[in-house]
Amino acid sequence: MREVAVLVVGAGPAGLAAAARLAAAGVRRVEVLDREQQAGGVPRHCAHGGYGTWLHPLTGPEYARFLVTAAQGAGAAVRAGVTALDWAGPLALHTVGALGPEVIGARAVVLATGARERPRAARLVPGTRPAGVYTTGELQQAVHLYGQHIGKRAVVIGAEDVSYAAADTVRAAGAMVVAMVTDLPRPQTAPARALNARLRQGVPLLTGTTVTELLGHGRLSGVRVRHHDGRTAVLPCDTVVFTGDFVPDHELARRGGLILDAGTRGPAVDGSLHTSRPGVFAVGSVLHAVESAATAAREGAHVADAVLERLAGAERSQAVPLMADPPLRWIAPNRVTPADRLPYVLRTTASLSRPVLHVTQDGRYLHRERLRAAVPNRTVKLTARWTHRVDPKGGPVRVTLTDR
Amino acid sequence: MTGGTHGPVTRRGPLPSSTYDIAVVGAGVVGSAIARALAHHPRLRVALVEAQDDVGQGSSKANTAILHTGFDAVPGSLEARLVREGAHLLAEYAAESGIPVEPVGALLVAWDEEQLAALPRLAGKAERNACRDTRLIGSAELYECEPHLGPGARAALHVPGESIICPWTTTLAYATQAVRHGVDLHLNCRVEKASRCDETHVLHTARGALRARWLINAAGLHADTLDRALGHDDFTVTPRRGQLLVFDKLARDLVRHILLPVPTALGKGVLVAPTVYGNVLLGPTAEDLHDKCATDSTADGLALLREKGRRIMPELLDEEVTAVYAGLRAATEEDDYRISAHPDQAYVTVGGIRSTGLTASLAIAAYVTELLTDAGLDLGPAEDLAPVRMPNLGEAFPRPYQRPELIVADPEYGTLVCHCERVSRGEIRDALASTVPPAGLDGLRRRTRARAGRCQGFYCGAAVRALFEEARG
Repeated sequence: MREVAVLVVGAGPAGLAAAARLAAAGVRRVEVLDREQQAGGVPRHCAHGGYGTWLHPLTGPEYARFLVTAAQGAGAAVRAGVTALDWAGPLALHTVGALGPEVIGARAVVLATGARERPRAARLVPGTRPAGVYTTGELQQAVHLYGQHIGKRAVVIGAEDVSYAAADTVRAAGAMVVAMVTDLPRPQTAPARALNARLRQGVPLLTGTTVTELLGHGRLSGVRVRHHDGRTAVLPCDTVVFTGDFVPDHELARRGGLILDAGTRGPAVDGSLHTSRPGVFAVGSVLHAVESAATAAREGAHVADAVLERLAGAERSQAVPLMADPPLRWIAPNRVTPADRLPYVLRTTASLSRPVLHVTQDGRYLHRERLRAAVPNRTVKLTARWTHRVDPKGGPVRVTLTDR
Repeated sequence: MTGGTHGPVTRRGPLPSSTYDIAVVGAGVVGSAIARALAHHPRLRVALVEAQDDVGQGSSKANTAILHTGFDAVPGSLEARLVREGAHLLAEYAAESGIPVEPVGALLVAWDEEQLAALPRLAGKAERNACRDTRLIGSAELYECEPHLGPGARAALHVPGESIICPWTTTLAYATQAVRHGVDLHLNCRVEKASRCDETHVLHTARGALRARWLINAAGLHADTLDRALGHDDFTVTPRRGQLLVFDKLARDLVRHILLPVPTALGKGVLVAPTVYGNVLLGPTAEDLHDKCATDSTADGLALLREKGRRIMPELLDEEVTAVYAGLRAATEEDDYRISAHPDQAYVTVGGIRSTGLTASLAIAAYVTELLTDAGLDLGPAEDLAPVRMPNLGEAFPRPYQRPELIVADPEYGTLVCHCERVSRGEIRDALASTVPPAGLDGLRRRTRARAGRCQGFYCGAAVRALFEEARG
């Protein structure tokens, strides 16, 4: 078994940011593994802008390269084409790559394994099994990394940020977006973006509509949709893109027996991003499928403090569960200690126009926070200004969402 | 290997104008097994003719992937005999050829009084089918065996001989061995019309005419159509659709045995079974249809499966579904296989091969070979076939990424492309260069498992397609 100080699994924004910060703090032998042949994670195939900072805007691929260079420049080893297969011990992993199998042990492990969109089968969309069925992840790689032909007429399922990115990719590939389809009553993106797609690019948006069947043998010939009022229609198309509906890639967390959060289905973590197993941390979209690359990178930088404390021999403080009540779907982090300072991200199933978040523990009011909006599939944020009021020996802390 | 050179595998262009000794119509598991059996006889010129672009594209690819004991067949039927013989032959062949098989055993779980009462009767039937090691177990022992079973199970019949198998590798192994011993495999070759003149069958196909002195009908769902074209009206194939859900590998630890329903007057019911790939199956539905192409899944079918599955194993429903598929069983009005020789016509029908066809395939092939001899065909001398060694798709055996010696010799086996299923670039390369190469990404998936996992291509789809397109040039 080869020993390193910190082993990071996943070289996306979260993992690379963690490695960069740890290496810069003077930790020797920080190693980042990525199973893809290129490090950088999802931004590698997000050809659009929106990455980096206001002063230094970058495209996804530029941002991916920037993060890899930063981690390497700080002294971390970034090894692409290496898969972490399973646990070989509490803080050790079986890996394999072109150089063969290896067991790598560490004093701390950081899981940054990311998230994926649920494909057609997982969404139980009936019908035939034709070619031309994509997720955004596959579509973006096909178009931006491999220059593959994707068809001529595409229906995009979803109307959140990633759906609009998928629609842009369809157009970049020279195909037409026949329609965007969402079962919600409104698009879940910035109003300007939704308007731009509808009016300037002429993409019809079908709200309150679900996909009920895929049609066609060999190649997709259309999708059948049903409006909430019962009307049905067939949209002729040769390509369909299932967007959003992200789930964490939690295989390693599960195989390691880490406690998962029932809401996020990612590993349960406290505000220092410590999982249920001492010495194992988690960052990025595996915690909350999905947030922006910037949020992931911020967590990567944030986890470094707790990892450094762990390397210095500190014990982890006791955390109490943090639960999100309906209509909230989940909250991350989802354990809390009085020392936690990382802001929280949440998701709601209901759209509220004048939303307020309430934080309580054992019936005791800890905090109340007004939000500007709460929309499904979009980030809801909660500050960590209240955590010092948490009783570490008390019951679970609950977060509820109401309309003012 | 002696004698023979590889037969060609063709997907387009004209067919050879010379006359074959035998044409086998249908390259499913049965047709491929028959072609393989005939390949033992180097003097015979054999064509295996298939309507689809790959072998095993009909019922052979979409079934419950079980290697049966035949414990519940109709005692004394041809099916019972061929399943019994075939199970032994296939288990042996699988071990020799690298086809993954796991002898997990089956439990027929009784959930109510009626099913409970049926168990001893089924045990008796198993006995009459020479399956003598079944055993009734009570509820306590059942839950010890299957701790994740839903509440309310009363008892079970344990059938230790039932196994799970890879149906794709089986058909492919047969076809590969047949082709390597001189059988010509013609794909994309739908038989549109059949006639016979001057002691020669003429098959009019989408790619032109194909002539053969003897004809074997292994056309599966379409066997009745071809049979009628030759003037017989012996049976009608009514496609019975089975929809199935495949759950992610993280569900595999939930189930240890094949959990079979107890057949009652209301039908055969829904099973939960592990697969050799490390997934869990839930299904099938049983819907009698008329459309022989209706391999689509339906909202009602999936809802029914989820409802049944929730009773059998509630925790299963919390896992991610990686695939939904539907297959059509070639059911007929008879409760048995319809295999018959028509010596005057130099014609053999292999019809009504239902869901047990995979298990029985090698025995069916041997039986058909006998029928041909009895009908007066001189097969000529027989030779042993060179064994095939198929790429392992099963989780119970080392996969290439788990074999350090293989990776040292060729680092491509350590370079993973499909992460969910851990398929290496080396395996994809091998499949693309194999004796019966895939025609598309679905064929590549059945040969390697690439894109078959929980992400369904989110991570690897474009990369796998790039490898496929590169190989095709």
